[in-house]
Amino acid sequence: MVDLTTQIGSLTLKNPIMPASGTFSEELAQLFDLECLGAHVTKTITREKRSGNPTPRVCEVRGSMLNSIGIPSKGLDAFKANVIPFYERYSAPLIVSISAGSADEFASLCEDISVPGVAAIEVNISCPNIEEDGKAFAMRPSTTYAVMQKLRQATDLPLWAKLTPNTGETTEVAKAAEEAGADALVVSNTLLAMAIDIHTRRPKLGNLMGGLSGPAFKPIALRMAYQCAKSVNIPVIGCGGISTVEDVIEYLIAGAVAVQIGTATFLEPKIMVRMIDGLDAYLKSQGFQTVGQLVGSVEDEEASDGLVFMEAAP
Amino acid sequence: MSVVTFPKSPVQTEMTPVFEVSCTVKRNDPVNGEYRQLVLYAPQSILDCAPGQFFHLLCPITEQLQPFLRRPMSIYGFYPEKGELHFLYKVTGEGTSALATLTAGQSLNVLGPLGHGFDILPDWQNLLLVARGVGLATLAPLALQAHRLGRNLTAICSARSEDMLMSLDYFRDLGAEIIPITDDNGSSDMANLRHIIEAKIADTGIDAMYTCGSNRILKLLQTLGEIHNIPGQIALEQQMACGIGMCQCCVRAFRRDGKTVNERVCREGPVFDLQEAIGW
Ligand SMILES: Cc1cc2nc3c(=O)[nH]c(=O)nc-3n(C[C@H](O)[C@H](O)[C@H](O)COP(=O)(O)OP(=O)(O)OC[C@H]3O[C@@H](n4cnc5c(N)ncnc54)[C@H](O)[C@@H]3O)c2cc1C
Ligand SMILES: Cc1cc2nc3c(=O)[nH]c(=O)nc-3n(C[C@H](O)[C@H](O)[C@H](O)COP(=O)(O)O)c2cc1C
Ligand code: FES
Repeated sequence: MVDLTTQIGSLTLKNPIMPASGTFSEELAQLFDLECLGAHVTKTITREKRSGNPTPRVCEVRGSMLNSIGIPSKGLDAFKANVIPFYERYSAPLIVSISAGSADEFASLCEDISVPGVAAIEVNISCPNIEEDGKAFAMRPSTTYAVMQKLRQATDLPLWAKLTPNTGETTEVAKAAEEAGADALVVSNTLLAMAIDIHTRRPKLGNLMGGLSGPAFKPIALRMAYQCAKSVNIPVIGCGGISTVEDVIEYLIAGAVAVQIGTATFLEPKIMVRMIDGLDAYLKSQGFQTVGQLVGSVEDEEASDGLVFMEAAP
Repeated sequence: MSVVTFPKSPVQTEMTPVFEVSCTVKRNDPVNGEYRQLVLYAPQSILDCAPGQFFHLLCPITEQLQPFLRRPMSIYGFYPEKGELHFLYKVTGEGTSALATLTAGQSLNVLGPLGHGFDILPDWQNLLLVARGVGLATLAPLALQAHRLGRNLTAICSARSEDMLMSLDYFRDLGAEIIPITDDNGSSDMANLRHIIEAKIADTGIDAMYTCGSNRILKLLQTLGEIHNIPGQIALEQQMACGIGMCQCCVRAFRRDGKTVNERVCREGPVFDLQEAIGW
């Protein structure tokens, strides 16, 4: 028997596979028993009702996709009344993703969502900070620190900070989140991107730009997960482009203690179930007893010291 | 605005099963220039369908064609008795071009059945369907269902030219009255279409109207629905990623109770109340 459990701060997950925010919902229960997942992560919510961005909200690019869904939200009350109770039937921990336009609003939403049934809060600090210059909180160490500190004071639940790949200061942002009290990092959200229809000359997304996700994005998110794992002591949850069990293994080797699966679920809705089985089989075949033995086992030796903090082309 | 509100059939619950399965292609033949019919051998589990529902197809990857997302496709026919699932599609871009490469014996991964289909309420005897182009694919199984339920169906089939009219035999075999109209002979213009429908209303009466695809037909049916107090439904399309309700990319705006609401085409739709639909 291989032990698939993984530890994220005070939370023990029965396996390291969970969905990414915005690519998962109650509807997936129509395809398989959601109980098998390491955790459940909900679409980001805001306090107020929001309708999201104009359509088209998705388009595909070679081997990947762009989305500009935005954060349509039915609001906090509807979420508490409908979504949290749905997940009560499962023992897998429920992770609620939240967002807000200012540090204070973020903190007050965080406080109000710290209710029974919620195991941890994922803070989507990749969203724009309206009070500053509209840039995402997680673009800079200073704004990351400021918002995470307020969030830390607002809840006793574990706080996972979801980082953005659009920053040039990955390790500094990661350390700022850790210092301000984050319990884990989710690395990462989508990368800002664009596609234009050459026949109509119109941007393919109604919002003009959107986030790249899927296989083409994987090397970038993997690089970030690796940098973060090297530079902080809190657990790193890898996310970005994972579509096969080999990708899961790669992230674990890079230092992630768990992974989130997004776009791949759109193509293969039961992919997470297959990954859990595949990971189990892989660990057995390699003679590992626990997932932990694989985590961070990358053979980078002393070369890592210089490379981790590199934010320039080699 | 919304004088005739549509009684919605029960919404799919989180637990209504959806299947992701590999089917074997029986055939995949051209129907006319732009359209193809794909026939799959399908397990019974996925053939418990409703007209208006759709499947999300994982199109094959070839050397030249690499569609990434799945492609939504209406059920053209579902036959539990012979274990077949049919699609009628127009080759437009990368995904449908890749679909067109499929040959007998190859497999195709399908996800479904998905969405909320057409309703045929118990007291609706006389049904009218107005379809144009590939909209026929979406409305065809409604004819099948009407036939199975013993209802009268009139199908107004519109196309650019005589030879682009598809599925007439399909409807005829199901006992539907067929009224073909074309752009070539001018019979498909809105004034004539209105004339045909109002004559039908005066003659046998119409209990419900169904359509999809065309903005002008939508407008006309909304007007007639209001004047004559006839309910209706429309099947709509939107770009999709997940197809099952998770990603929120497929929303469209609808008018309801004086407000504009966003609904997911893959989940609350693809079939919606005719009067609530907003033209595009
Ligand atoms: C519920 C539903 C049922 C449908 N039923 C049928 C049917 O029975 N027969 C048929 O021929 N077509 C049908 N369509 C349209 C069909 O999905 C598109 O023609 C197809 O996705 C085009 O893909 P492509 O790669 O060939 O074209 P491209 O233009 O290259 O597609 C690019 C992207 O846009 C999306 N897209 C393009 N056109 C549409 C569209 N009209 N609706 C939604 N997404 C689109 C594609 O899925 C793809 O992601 C249906 C659409 C929906 C939403
Ligand atoms: C359609 C869609 C919606 C998303 N919505 C959210 C969201 O609400 N909150 C969030 O933090 N991330 C959101 N994401 C980002 C994903 O959670 C994930 O970080 C990203 O897609 C990279 O992973 P992937 O390549 O496996 O998809 C969304 C991604 C997609 C594709
Ligand atoms: S396509 Fe994902 S919600 Fe409709």
